[in-house]
Formats: sequence, structure tokens, C-alpha cells
Amino acid sequence: MQEWPLLTILTFLPTVGAVFIFVIRGEDELVASNARNVALWTSLITFVLSLVLWIGFDTSTAAYQFEESRPWIADGISYHMGIDGISLLFVLLTTLLTPLAILASWESIKVRVRGYMIAFLIMETLMIGVFSALDIVLFYLFFEAGLIPMFLIIGIWGADNRVYATFKFFLFTLTGSVLMLLAILWLYFQTGTTDIPQLAAIGFDPGWQKWLWIAFFAAFAVKIPMWPVHTWLPDAHVQAPTAGSVILAAVLLKIGAYGFLRISIPILPEASAYFAPLVFWMSAIAVVYASLVALMQEDMKKLVAYSSIAHMGFVTIGIFTFTTVGIEGALMVMISHGLVSAALFLCVGVLYDRHHTRLIEEYGGLVHRMPTYAAVFLVFTLANIGLPGTSGFVGEFLVLVGVFQVNTWIAFFATTGIILSAAYALWMYRRVIMGALTKEELRYMFDLNGREIAVFAPLVVLVLLFGVWPQPLLDVFSASVANLLDENQVALGLTEVKSMLAAH
Amino acid sequence: MESMAEFPNLIPAIPELLLASAALMFLLFGAFRGDSSTRTLSWATVVVMGLAAVFVISGPSDGVHTFAGMFVADGFGVFIKILILLGSALTIILSLGYIRDHGMEKFEYPILILLATLGMMMMVSAADLISLYVGLELQSLSLYVLAAFRRNSERSTEAGLKYFVLGALASGILLYGASLIYGFTGSTNFEVIAANIAAQEHGASVGVLFGLAFLTAGLAFKVAAVPFHMWTPDVYEGAPTPVTAFFSVAPKIAAFAVFVRVMMGPFGGLVADWSQIVIVLSATSMVLGAFAAIGQRNIKRMMAYSSIGHVGFALMGLAAATPEGIQGLILYLTLYLAMNIGAWAIILTMRRGTVLVESIDDLAGMAKNQPMLAAAMAIFMFSLAGIPPLAGFFAKFYVLLAALDAGLYTLAVIGVLSAVVGSFYYLRIIKLMYFDEPLEKFSAPAREVGLIVAVAAVFTLLFFLFPAPFVAEAELAANALFQ
Repeated sequence: MQEWPLLTILTFLPTVGAVFIFVIRGEDELVASNARNVALWTSLITFVLSLVLWIGFDTSTAAYQFEESRPWIADGISYHMGIDGISLLFVLLTTLLTPLAILASWESIKVRVRGYMIAFLIMETLMIGVFSALDIVLFYLFFEAGLIPMFLIIGIWGADNRVYATFKFFLFTLTGSVLMLLAILWLYFQTGTTDIPQLAAIGFDPGWQKWLWIAFFAAFAVKIPMWPVHTWLPDAHVQAPTAGSVILAAVLLKIGAYGFLRISIPILPEASAYFAPLVFWMSAIAVVYASLVALMQEDMKKLVAYSSIAHMGFVTIGIFTFTTVGIEGALMVMISHGLVSAALFLCVGVLYDRHHTRLIEEYGGLVHRMPTYAAVFLVFTLANIGLPGTSGFVGEFLVLVGVFQVNTWIAFFATTGIILSAAYALWMYRRVIMGALTKEELRYMFDLNGREIAVFAPLVVLVLLFGVWPQPLLDVFSASVANLLDENQVALGLTEVKSMLAAH
Repeated sequence: MESMAEFPNLIPAIPELLLASAALMFLLFGAFRGDSSTRTLSWATVVVMGLAAVFVISGPSDGVHTFAGMFVADGFGVFIKILILLGSALTIILSLGYIRDHGMEKFEYPILILLATLGMMMMVSAADLISLYVGLELQSLSLYVLAAFRRNSERSTEAGLKYFVLGALASGILLYGASLIYGFTGSTNFEVIAANIAAQEHGASVGVLFGLAFLTAGLAFKVAAVPFHMWTPDVYEGAPTPVTAFFSVAPKIAAFAVFVRVMMGPFGGLVADWSQIVIVLSATSMVLGAFAAIGQRNIKRMMAYSSIGHVGFALMGLAAATPEGIQGLILYLTLYLAMNIGAWAIILTMRRGTVLVESIDDLAGMAKNQPMLAAAMAIFMFSLAGIPPLAGFFAKFYVLLAALDAGLYTLAVIGVLSAVVGSFYYLRIIKLMYFDEPLEKFSAPAREVGLIVAVAAVFTLLFFLFPAPFVAEAELAANALFQ
């Protein structure tokens, strides 16, 4: 019996849902409610299917699993899908957050509901595709195509200054990724293949590696985003609708870091080692600078956006330590940040839905009217800081352990970031939630309704669960991370041998 | 010894003969029946073009020469001719509504397109500078008339006149180049020229190089590459819209084919000399196309600059001067045909009553008024911008691949960066359609226009699922030039 192409089904199931929504006809009201339901159910089924993937996943091996390969564009450029421990977690993160994002937009999106739901489902397909592609051209296709739905999501359903924000988002990302395209094409005509496992087995000339690495870096650094190309992110986040911010922060930002792990480090090991100090310092600047900027924000979404930049700085630091703890820590930070930043944007969204402003000064004393909300918000604020017992702590701690072995100064600056994060996060919390309820119009704020609790509940549970019991996550990716580092050592060793031989 | 009076083998030229005789017959028919026969003639022309395409496909494609070596039928020609016939036939169908509403329903209209198409097919098959020139002029003269076809419109006549004067100048330059080449190599036949150049011990003589430079300038004018592009925006804007749609596909494809055939054929031995010219043409076209389009408010002018940018991209394939480069160029033309004809079809639906509007601001809010058309336009715009997974991405993909393969790194970087700049004005169209508040609704499109839009949009959207057959065919066509 032939096995089911589970990954392909998982990837394209949301698209099937989108096509269904596309053909719905009838009254506007009816279309809108049908579109919501189809989108929710499609994304829930996708989520269940991804759990099947998790159950069927063998954590003891670093080999790619659920592999599929079909001829596609030409010899060497094929439709090659497969996941290892690193990709699996991101696939799960995507499938978990998409239904939550759809649920969160249930009432706040009133116009063009059908298009909105189609955009989110297409987005889900593209995100799962990015994380399961094992061919760089396929990866690029999913990577870049994601611009289209996000451009529309921000541009159509965003806030007042949405046009500026969405153009900036699109053009920044496109500029980075076209350079990556050139690098991909170069790899193809040099080797005749774009298959990631095959490319990783080829040792490229270190001189060329540097150019290629820079080209890939341009794409990933914009996507992450790293200082100084981060400026699109605060704009995009502030203008995007809540669910758009959720997907952007929780999943899209991770694609850049995932690209380092999947492409830059395995295929270009020498250049990655060569440029590690650059990444370190750019990340350290990002951590400190973004935290300081976050401190001064008056807009809650902007604050969370800058906090995202700081957290992604931790991720890049962890990855480029080339230590097991560092990379595992980076992955933990990514998963945790995926949950926490999504939740924080949802928290801001809850307030925005009720009071239609995101300015911190417009709020205060909400705990008196919204106790449940205050508790939920507190959990995520503390997780954002990295308090022990929340998922944020595990990752940041591991990253700091990893970087301390490699570069003490970077560890020092990164730790400063944690302190600053406590400052900005708690300060915002105090100004929004605590204090006396002095503003008249806030007296009519109501607490979380059932739908919102349903959105937050899984996030609260997971954040606390992974805070005390991260083992299930570590199990998933530990074999893959160990393999990544082994191969990296082998590749670097080979170059040393080669250069020694050349010297004789 | 082969006698000159021997009757030429007509089989390779059956499609051209078919078009020529049909054009003459239609002319007689039109002369007797008057302008009321335009619609009939239009559809008859489409049918004839379809028949010609069948003959092209089933005819010889093994490089057989005829008419004393002046005409060649090879795989390259077959592929390009099918594109040309497709582009011309689609334009005639797109024109039906427009010429009726704008008092242009003259029976000469489809016949002129037919004659232009005949000229294009002849120049694509030319294996001699003389036959090239005859085909080119037959095409150009028909196009001049078409540009001025709305003769009571000042802009249209101005466009026709401008096109004629500048086009004649370019033809003159081309002819001058051809005469220099004839003078210094002793022949106008492509194979003899190639053999003559190959036989020179110290490379080609200065005279040949001069001739080549003039020839290149003339051809660059025909494809509208910078710095020979000046006529494009004015002619595109002034000419009746379906004629502009025609200009932007079929003649462009034909001119590219001739460009490629001349460069790779007789001057294949001088790649090092002409590729530097083509690189400059390519780079400047891409950059100018990207930047100049940003300031345009008229959608026809914008599309003119957009086409200049795309010409630059396609020329990148020629600059590589490898089989992969030509393959990329052919694919580029194929995919450009699909997305461009679709975009122009939508521009033709921008009507209020029977009045065609041309400002890009008129597109505002189209997504609310006409969601399906707006979605199709968004597909074309994203595709023209080169965003995957749409067809336009694959077009760029293959030429960039060839350019990198040939070591043209700087050109490739210029290309992708100008593509980013260029994406801005395509995105602006999408922004207008989707983010802005709607204006007065456009009239519903004619059925045939809607159908063309739908087919082009589906092709552009789903090309990524089945690229392999097109890539393989383009490879065959490109290889025909390297035998």
C-alpha cells in the first residue's frame, strides 16, 4: 500500500479550504459567516493532521521524515518535501496559531470577510510549505509568495497608515529575497541541483561561500528582522490587523532564523563561522537598542514589536554560538516567542476591539473591570520577560549559557536585554492594568468573552507547561540539532585538512 | 549546378503563403462588402491564423532553407511563430468591442493586423538581410497605419506619425548597417556572412563591426530598448488601446526573434563584440523601465515603461549568448505574452459607458466593484513584478539563471534590484484596486474579453504546476539556433 503524502496534504489542505470559500455564493452576511466557519474548520483539521505528524514522528533520528520527491521544474529542481525535528516544531506552531488567529478575527473583521479568510488560509499553506521544503527553489517559492497575502492583509484590513506600512514591508522583504534568489541560482548552475540535503553534502569554496552567505543573509536578516533592517517591523505590526500581527510575529519572523538553520549553516559552514562575530554584534545591538526603544513606546503594539526584535536578537545569538545549548535555546526562544508574542498581540487586540486605541495612556486601572484579562495579560507579560516557570525562561537561559562559553561580552549585553525587558514590559503592564480606574469611558469595558477565553486558554497552558516541562520540545529537535552541529564540525574539519594539504 | 530559375520549395512557407493569400482575398471581400463586413473578417482572420498555426506546427522544423537560402523553417521559428499568431489572434478578438464603440469598424483593421503578422513571420524566418528587411518593413508599415487608425483622434494620428518618422529612421539605420555588412563580407546571406567572419584571421574587419553596431541599433529600436525607446511611451499612449496591446506583444516578440537570430546566426562568432552592447541595452532598459514608470499616471504610458523594463530583462538572456540564455529569453517572451495580454485586456475593460478611461487612479476600488477582474489584474501585476509562484517569476528565473551562468553577475544584480524598484508601481495598481475607496463602476466587460482575461489569469497563476513542458519546448527552440 502506498503511503499517504501527509506533508503535501497538510500543506495544501488550507488552500483547498480557501478554494471552498472562494466559491461560496449568496448574501453578504451568509457568505461572511460561512467563510468564517470554513476557515476555522479547515485550520482545525489541519492542526489535528499536524498532530498526527507529530505522533508519527521518530524523535530518535535526525534524518528527514515524511519525505516526498517529485520531478518539477527541471533536473535537480524537484518538489522535495520533508521535515526533521527543527521543522516539525515550526509546522506545529503554524497550525496551532492559524485557528487562533482566525478565531481572534471572528468579530473584529467585518468587511470583506471572505477575502480575509482566504488570505489567512493561503498564508498557512505557504508557511507550512516554507518549513517543509527541502529544495531551495521550492523554499524560495513559499518564502516569497507569502508576501502576497501579507501585503493584502495589512493593506486591506490594517489601520490608518496601512498603505505606507505594507509597501515598506513588501519592498524591504523583496529586496532581501531577490539577492537570495541570485545565490540560489548560482548554487544551481554550479552544482546542477537545488536539493538542500545534497547541497549540504557539497563543500563550496570558502571565498564564494562568503558572497553566497551575504546574499542569503540579506534575505533572512530582513525577515527576522535584525538591526539595522528592522524598521519595517514596527510599522507593519502597528498597522496590521491583530491576527496579521499574530502570524507575522509568531511565524513569519521565525522563517529567517529557520533559514539560517536549514540553509546558511549546513550549506555554507565556513562562511557561517566567519561571519558569526558580525551576527553576534548585530544581535547584541538589536537586543539593547530595541529594548531601549521599547521602553519609550506609547503604542502597545509598537512596544511588543520592538520587544520581538529584541527576542529575535537572542535567537540569532543562540544559533551562531554553534553549541548544542545555544541552538536548542534559540529554538526554545523561537517557540516561546511564537506563543508569547502572539498572545501579547492578541491581548492588545482585545483592548483595541473594545476601546479602539492602542495608546498606553488611554488606559489604566483595567484590573477593576477585567480581572480575567488582567491575569492572562500578566502571564504573558512575565513570560515575555523570561520569568522562571514560563517558557520564555528556558530558551533565554539556554542561549545565555551557550553564548557565555563563546563570547562573554555578548552574554553581558544579552543579559542587559533581559533586565530591560522586565522594565518595559512591567511598566506597560502597570500603566495599562494597574492603578485606579480614573478614565470615565473605561468603566464600560467588559471582561473576556467565551471566544476570547478559548483563544487564550491553549496559549496560557502551553506557556506555563513548557516553562516547567520543556522536555517534549527538546526531544523533538535534539537529534536534529546534534546532527546539524556534527556535520558542521565535519565540514569545518574538512576545510582545515584541505588547507593543510594545500600548504604542503 | 543548381539553376536560379528552379521553382522554390514552397512547403516550408505554407503558413506565410496562407496568410498572404488570405489577406488579399479578405481585401477584395472587404472592398466589395464595405465596412459592415469587419466583424466577419475579424473572425475569419482569427480562423486563418489558427490554420496557419496548425501548418506551422505540422510543417518542417529541421532548418530547411528555401527561396534560394533566404527563408528558413526551424524549431526556433516554429515556437516564435506560434506565439506571434496567438498574440495577433487574441488582439483581434480583444479589439472587436473597441473598434465598434470608437468608430473604427473599418474592414482594413483585421487585414492590417494580418499583414503585420505576415511580416513578422517572414522576418522570424529570414535567413538573409534582404528578406529580413522586407518582412520588417511589411510589419512596420502596417503598424504605422494601425497606430493612426483612429484618424479623427489627434493623439492617434500623432502617434502614427511619430512612429512612422522614428521607425523610418531606425529602418534607415538598420539598412545602412546591412549595406556595410554586405560591403565588407560580400553577401547578405546569414550563412555566408558567418562563414566569412569565421574565415577572417584577425577577427572581423572594422567595417563589419560598424555595420553590426548600426544593425544592433536598428533592432534595439524595434524591441524598444533604452536608449532607442523614446517612441514607446508616446506611441503606446496615443495609439488606440487594442492596437497598443498588439504592439506590446506580437511585434515585440517578432523583433526579439529577429534580434536573436541575427546575433546568434551570422554574428555568432562576434559574441564578444556585440554582447557588450546588449549588456548596456539590457541594464539601461531595466533601470529606466523601473524608475520612469513610477511617475506615470496614465496606465498606457505606465505599461509602456513596464514593457521597456521587461525588454531589458529579456535582453539579459541574449546578453548571455548561450543556449540557456536564448531558452530563457524564449520563455520570457512566452510568459510575458500571457500576462501582458491579460493586463491589456483588463485595461480595455476600463470603460464607463463606451468611454475608455486611462488614468491609473480610475482603477480605485475596483476590488469592490468588480472583484473577479480586480483579482485577475492583481495576478497580472504581481506576475509582472516577478513574485512567485506566478508565471512572471519563472520568466525572470530562467534569464537570471542564464546570466549568472554566463558570468554576468553585475547585470543580474542590476536586474533584480530594478525588479524591486519596478514592483513598486505594480503594487500601486493593486493598492488602488484593493485599498482605496471605489469610484464609479466600470461597465461590464464583453464576453470574449472576460474569457481571455480568465484564461490568461489561470495560466499565469498555475504555470508553476506544469512548467516542464514549456521549458522543454523552449529548450528545443533555442537549440535550433546552435546547430
